[in-house]
Amino acid sequence: MSESAIATIYEAADLDPGPVHDPDAAHLVVDGNRVLGRNLVAGLTAEVDEQADGVRLVIRLAEATVLERPVHLCFGMSGDSGQQQIDLDVELAPRAGAIFTAHCAFPFARDVEHRMQADIRVGDHATYRYRERHVHGRTGGVLVVPRTRLRLGEGARVTTDFELLRGRVGEVDIDYRSTCGPDSVLEMDARVDGRADDRIAIREVAGLEGERARGVLTSRVAVRDRARAEIHNELTASAAGTSGHVDCKEIVTGEATASAVPIVLVQHPRAHVTHEAAVGSVDHKQLQTLMARGLDEDEAVALIIEGLLS
Amino acid sequence: MTTDDDAILVLENVGVARNGQPILAGIDATFQRGLVHAVVGPNGAGKSTLAAVIMGLEGYREATTGVIRYEGAVIGQLDVTERARRGIALAWQEPARFEGLRIGRLLEASGASSDDEVDAALHDAGLEPDRYRQRAADTTLSGGERKKLELASIMVMRPRFVMLDEPDSGIDVASLDHIFAALATLQERETTVVLITHSPTVLRHAERAMLMCCGAIVDRGDAERIGREFASGCIPCPHHPRQVARHDTRRAS
Ligand SMILES: Nc1ncnc2c1ncn2[C@@H]1O[C@H](COP(=O)(O)OP(=O)(O)OP(=O)(O)O)[C@@H](O)[C@H]1O
Ligand SMILES: [Mg+2]
Repeated sequence: MSESAIATIYEAADLDPGPVHDPDAAHLVVDGNRVLGRNLVAGLTAEVDEQADGVRLVIRLAEATVLERPVHLCFGMSGDSGQQQIDLDVELAPRAGAIFTAHCAFPFARDVEHRMQADIRVGDHATYRYRERHVHGRTGGVLVVPRTRLRLGEGARVTTDFELLRGRVGEVDIDYRSTCGPDSVLEMDARVDGRADDRIAIREVAGLEGERARGVLTSRVAVRDRARAEIHNELTASAAGTSGHVDCKEIVTGEATASAVPIVLVQHPRAHVTHEAAVGSVDHKQLQTLMARGLDEDEAVALIIEGLLS
Repeated sequence: MTTDDDAILVLENVGVARNGQPILAGIDATFQRGLVHAVVGPNGAGKSTLAAVIMGLEGYREATTGVIRYEGAVIGQLDVTERARRGIALAWQEPARFEGLRIGRLLEASGASSDDEVDAALHDAGLEPDRYRQRAADTTLSGGERKKLELASIMVMRPRFVMLDEPDSGIDVASLDHIFAALATLQERETTVVLITHSPTVLRHAERAMLMCCGAIVDRGDAERIGREFASGCIPCPHHPRQVARHDTRRAS
């Protein structure tokens, strides 16, 4: 049964099920609040606690273990409605390294709620890359609420990115908060394309607390039709030698609305933080250039947005 | 004597104002089919504006007065997309940058029908396909690279009437040959070319030329003669009495 449910989700979401069948790659597949399958590799442990109202996952990567292949997480829903609550507790021991790819696939969604509460601790000199890829239904019908708390140890490197691959956003409410230890590097990137009545809220907050910590918060959002987006990026630099950048671009077309609130807070005389935010219609010159290549206005806007979100 | 059949594009008393400022006025011009026409003139003469008016760019089209005839039809009402689809193209003096848009994708959108055509166009423009195909057409491209890409994207459009606005600006001397090769290809394809340039070397590839100044065409004819006149600083322009006077004194002395 579980095999077929996995196959159903992957096929409908047009995702490559390869990693799930690869014995050398770790994976964990969750349908609703049930774990359908898992595979672990040396150095990686996962405890699973299935409850009626949610799944708790405790994942540990042992010291100095660097995984060659990405750990594949699939949080899906083979039905068209229901609630999924994921409690994710991840700890990478010092000098460990892994890429986690999370596919959040709700291809049939009509009334789906996906909530994630993640606590991620990345040990000293460990490297963690988290790629979250969403596939939603064609009409949205999804409420996505990820809450992530990230803690970076000394010299840790963390990259997170969020992208909607296919389907409509529905409602996305992202909240990522990070604290960065000395000499750590954090990059958070979110790219979302909203249309119809989609609602997008992105809140990324990072504190550069250790000396020489660096952080970049990037968001790229396009909203069309009546979609709405609110982006809040907050970067605090409170130690010597810290540096950071907040970069937010939003393209607004139709009756859509967007807001960007970049907040930079510098609490140390030897810290340096910059920000740039551009919110508005498609750049006139880009649009005219593509139209002068024979594209009509809609095609040109779509191509510009495709680039921005890529 | 030329017949109407020889003309691909005709401007009749064309003018345009921007922000209430007249920028072009009383422009009459005929572009012969299949020839390379140069447009020369000092900075601010209105050369790029003339190209924008012919292309029908938004902001110019609505503000244009007079008649633009292309292939015998009045095209004033056609928007930029429609003009492009009829074979009019413009390589911008300062091309736009696109965040994240891959060069290969941009060329595809411009009309390249296969990966081979993308690669050939990049190669011909002096951009190594393997190095550039996957790169974004963004601000990380140097000025010269972006100009070469502009040329490549025009070539894949296979236009019938193409305006190249200072195709050589920012291009190193060795790479100028790519522009000349593109001109040769355009001529083989019987494309009519309008070459806006300040360079005598580039001007040598034109057959006809017009000299613009202060929003008007002040002289036209054989490219060599116009080029010589422009290079010697002689602008026989009613708006430049001082320069004309300087010319006169030089002759007198
Ligand atoms: N939107 C505008 N509002 C006011 N003036 C404008 C506008 N656009 C162009 N101009 C002016 O019109 C004149 C013609 O500009 P244009 O760009 O066509 O010159 P050009 O001949 O191409 O010059 P160059 O050799 O420097 O490229 C200039 O004086 C310019 O400042
Ligand atoms: Mg110009």
